[in-house]
Amino acid sequence: MFKIIRKENLAENTKLFDIEAKSIAEKCLPGQFVILRLNEKGERIPLTIADFDRNKWVITIVVQEVGKTTFQLGEMKIGDSLLDFIGPLGNPSEIEKFGEVVCIGGGVGIAPIYPIVRALKEKGNKITSIIGARSKNLLFWEEKMRNVSDKLIVMTDDGSYGRKGVVTLPLKEILDSEKIDRVIAIGPPVMMKFVAKTTMPYKVKTIASLNSIMVDGTGMCGACRCKIGEGTKFACVDGPEFDAHLVDFDLLMSRQKMYLNEEKKSLERYRVRE
Amino acid sequence: MKTPMPEQEPKERIKNFNEVTLGYDEEDAVKEAGRCLSCKKPVCVKGCPVEIDIPGFISFIKERKFDEAISKIKEKNSLPAICGRVCPQETQCEELCVLGKKDEPVAIGRLERFAADWERKKGIKPPQKVVPTGKKIAVIGSGPAGLTCAADLAKLGHNVTVFESLHKTGGVLMYGIPEFRMPKAVVEAEINYICSLGVEIHTDMVVGKSISADKLRKDFDAVFIGTGAGLPMFMRIPGENLNGVYSANEFLTRVNLMKAYRFPEYDTPVRIGKRVAVVGAGNVAMDSARTALRLGAEESIIVYRRSEKEMPARKEEVEHAKEEGVKFMLLTNPVKIFDDGQGFVKKMECIQMKLGEPDESGRRRPVPIKGSESTMDIDTVIVAIGQSPNPLVPRTMKGLEVGKHGNIIADEDGRTSVKGVFAGGDIATGAATVISAMGMGKKSATMIDKYVMEKK
Repeated sequence: MFKIIRKENLAENTKLFDIEAKSIAEKCLPGQFVILRLNEKGERIPLTIADFDRNKWVITIVVQEVGKTTFQLGEMKIGDSLLDFIGPLGNPSEIEKFGEVVCIGGGVGIAPIYPIVRALKEKGNKITSIIGARSKNLLFWEEKMRNVSDKLIVMTDDGSYGRKGVVTLPLKEILDSEKIDRVIAIGPPVMMKFVAKTTMPYKVKTIASLNSIMVDGTGMCGACRCKIGEGTKFACVDGPEFDAHLVDFDLLMSRQKMYLNEEKKSLERYRVRE
Repeated sequence: MKTPMPEQEPKERIKNFNEVTLGYDEEDAVKEAGRCLSCKKPVCVKGCPVEIDIPGFISFIKERKFDEAISKIKEKNSLPAICGRVCPQETQCEELCVLGKKDEPVAIGRLERFAADWERKKGIKPPQKVVPTGKKIAVIGSGPAGLTCAADLAKLGHNVTVFESLHKTGGVLMYGIPEFRMPKAVVEAEINYICSLGVEIHTDMVVGKSISADKLRKDFDAVFIGTGAGLPMFMRIPGENLNGVYSANEFLTRVNLMKAYRFPEYDTPVRIGKRVAVVGAGNVAMDSARTALRLGAEESIIVYRRSEKEMPARKEEVEHAKEEGVKFMLLTNPVKIFDDGQGFVKKMECIQMKLGEPDESGRRRPVPIKGSESTMDIDTVIVAIGQSPNPLVPRTMKGLEVGKHGNIIADEDGRTSVKGVFAGGDIATGAATVISAMGMGKKSATMIDKYVMEKK
């Protein structure tokens, strides 16, 4: 059992949990993920690690409530426990001194980009971070991101906070005015797709972290398979990060819709429970 | 003739996930045991990878000494209820039974299952305590190989810790083999017995990720790797990543381990549709096709590129599948899967095959017949053409030699290229049977015992 020791409402339908998980906290690196299961009847869902504290044996996850499992987790309290919490899974991010790096976090993707930005900053990179969301009430960790970035740009689609527009807008301006050595993007697949499209003509190496559907997360089921260049890869053991210029994002988006009907049914059933 | 074993009627059983075969009662068992000739030099034992004293336990059943019968089996086999159900006895002990020359062989598997089920119903006897040796052994993977190895080592007094990556113990017995063929309560009871031997099991521990294989090597006197076949293989044809194309591993894991057949009571969904094609003809393919029917598919079709003779599945599984209405499209190979415009499977194009010259496996190689392509409407495709070994452990253990398919190279006693590290089961041999994995687990246990006791 893995105890929740802190909970925080970060934004609308977005919650943070600190989970006590010694062996994961001792080993995990930025870019890796965990799989959790709430209870005996629960499903296994992957979540990219948002932060970790090796001394306190704590893993931080940030969860957006979209389906039954995430809403149910959202209702859990400090002191409650998750039945299973497995990791760290997947390969860590490549943390090197690249030079000038742009890090982009979209929506709940702001959370997993944070430890990557911090590690890249510690390596001596100059970092411009761009965080974006549909609207002000979905933004979080602005200060936290500012503290580990050389420059922070905040975007909202509706202009309710920061600058109005999508994250690729300032990205393109930066690419036009400076030499950028690497771009890293984590967020909704459609955002990552357009980040990749934006950087492609500039030939800047671009990394995306893929949030495919998974079951075991250890290379056994193949649910997370994705098309990278001409080959099929498994996000769980070959990723989750890939060269964004090679990723077939349309396939990723399509595969994420596999269980839309079932997810809806499950959530409705959960909501009418007594 | 073998005493028949009662079964659920096909029409009924395709509506439920309960066990298909119901097992012998005491009278059936005594009657069948009476057929055994109690040969002085029993050849059946030679066919058993774990060398059970077969005439020995059968004699006890004849005399209605069921307690003694199960004790006799457990001298060699810690998972009798599992083996009695899924061992391919027809190519092992029963194939060699002398009765089989003129008549049907003794139903050794059914008798083993009877003895194990009899004990479970009455309450499994706790094992005798043994003197601890003080030696620590790590076992990676809690499938048939790992559990057998762990049980044998614990019986010798060693301190055994098993590391399992999933949230449930049992490996393929839990995630792969369906409830209707291998009830999970039976697996759990046998695992509890292994725990009662003093084996400690840690679930949710992904060796190679949560803990490195090298660390285990430092912290334990010996390590056994039984991580099984991991990565599912695909056909590399267009359309294979469409929604509705499952690896058999994913499909069966969703249904068996995650209990998707009880969605939405359980959270994990599975989508089946009306018409299901299962590609391949091994036991995993039969399990998938039969599971699809139970999930409500109107048609479940095995698509196989060779003929019935070459099908790798056990005959009993093929028979059960046929009884339940699974259809067979033989000498047929998929070439392309088409979508419905929304990213979901709609049709599959196949080509007819004919058998040519024998290949390396000795089976006649299937050759496509030009111009014989046709398409079928389909909602779900389940790819059951095998798996390659899981790479997580080999990647994190220095000096561990692997073959070109990623399997760990081990000799017949399980020794690998790293001293004190042993391997067995599908991770070493490639995908095979539960009992062959258990046989390797057992041999490795003998060698590990020798190794740790001689080690200074």
